[in-house]
Amino acid sequence: MSVQVLLPGILADLAGGNRALTVDLPDGTLADLLDALAADHPLLTTRLRDETGALRRHVNVYVDGADVRGEQGLATGLRSGAVVQVLPSIAGGSSAAG
Amino acid sequence: MTVLLAIGTRKGLWLARSDDDRRTWTVEGPHFLMREVASVAIDARADRPRLLAGILSEHWGSTVSWSDDLGRTWHENEHGPIRFPAGTGAALARVWQLQPDSARRPGVVWAGCEPTSLWRSDDGGHHFELVRGLWDHPHRSAWQPGYGGAAVHTVLPDAESDRVVVAMSTGGVYASRDGSSGWTPSNAGIAVNFQPDPYPEFGQCVHKIAVDASGHERLYAQNHHGVYRSDDSGTSWTSIADGLPSDFGFPIVASPRRPGTVWVVPLQADAERVPPGGRLRVHRSSDAGESWTELGAGLPDASWTSVLRDAACVDDGDPTGVYVGTRDGCVYASADEGESFRLIAAHLPDVLSVRALELA
Repeated sequence: MSVQVLLPGILADLAGGNRALTVDLPDGTLADLLDALAADHPLLTTRLRDETGALRRHVNVYVDGADVRGEQGLATGLRSGAVVQVLPSIAGGSSAAG
Repeated sequence: MTVLLAIGTRKGLWLARSDDDRRTWTVEGPHFLMREVASVAIDARADRPRLLAGILSEHWGSTVSWSDDLGRTWHENEHGPIRFPAGTGAALARVWQLQPDSARRPGVVWAGCEPTSLWRSDDGGHHFELVRGLWDHPHRSAWQPGYGGAAVHTVLPDAESDRVVVAMSTGGVYASRDGSSGWTPSNAGIAVNFQPDPYPEFGQCVHKIAVDASGHERLYAQNHHGVYRSDDSGTSWTSIADGLPSDFGFPIVASPRRPGTVWVVPLQADAERVPPGGRLRVHRSSDAGESWTELGAGLPDASWTSVLRDAACVDDGDPTGVYVGTRDGCVYASADEGESFRLIAAHLPDVLSVRALELA
């Protein structure tokens, strides 16, 4: 199946200058999508997940408009044609933003 | 003489440069705008100096970037330069210290990180490996976070041997003969005021340590209250705080060329982290802490800022240049070992780290 990944502008450089990526993968979850992304864009995925595999605290991911933290997190299932949007949390950046 | 000064702040990195023996400076930046740069290093061992920066984005995590063209371009290991191994259950929170080793070990760069960990790179900072001997230390569960977090914040490799000394808050000073295993606490004589036993084997809140120009046998420590010297490689410590207006502060910096010369920047107290009397002053000892001289020419009165542990440094010029960055975004530079200072940058974000190097 194919899913679309939408990125904030600050991460576009890590995705070949693209703010939108189309990723083909077998049926799977958000974790599977991020694993697939890591093959071509390893630095991009280190921005989204730490080395334990967890989503970074101030990274929000929406699948078809729903925040995955209110769903099954990284285990959230993806449908063919799903739109996965990455956005920085407004709560993040506290040490540098003040 | 041309000197480069890297200034890491809460919101990015600035680079100051003087081409006239540190009389005038130009400042350019920011690099990494809106990212915290808690650690910077200038590695002069290769043909071209390498800048290293420990960067933290609250959104996108922590990493290390390097530049071999004095900041024109920056690079980063695409798989992440510092990643805790599977099984540790840990994730990198912040790079507190980047320390190039000596000419004896070209390519070796050390990183002190949060959570409390020591890392070694053998390729100039592209990739770091966790030092398991310290990570697996039986004391680990007793190390507690200081106000800023739990981290190895100082790494001092010995240029003459394989010995490495680290300092962590809290935890204190630990030393290893080979920089890998056998880490022993080295805090005898250092008092604490925040637990019942005033002289524990470990657990001290050391803020910074420095090596005397004479070599690794003589060390200096600025603690969370307490300024100390060791003449036996950290085996024992004696107070050298007499003569200072306060024994609280964060940085301690030793001269790279003049044995016995060391600088501190006292703050009033742990509960009052401002310059004593609101006067920002550097204090220098030329006799290994037996006596201190207050240095204030060019430094401000009515100053209620503070100087963090890595926001003071010296260069390798002659005479030694001294640099102090404040939490209110000012950087003061001295070209004469602290006798007089000049404001070379102002209105920056909080200064977290400064490092200087004379460029060939």
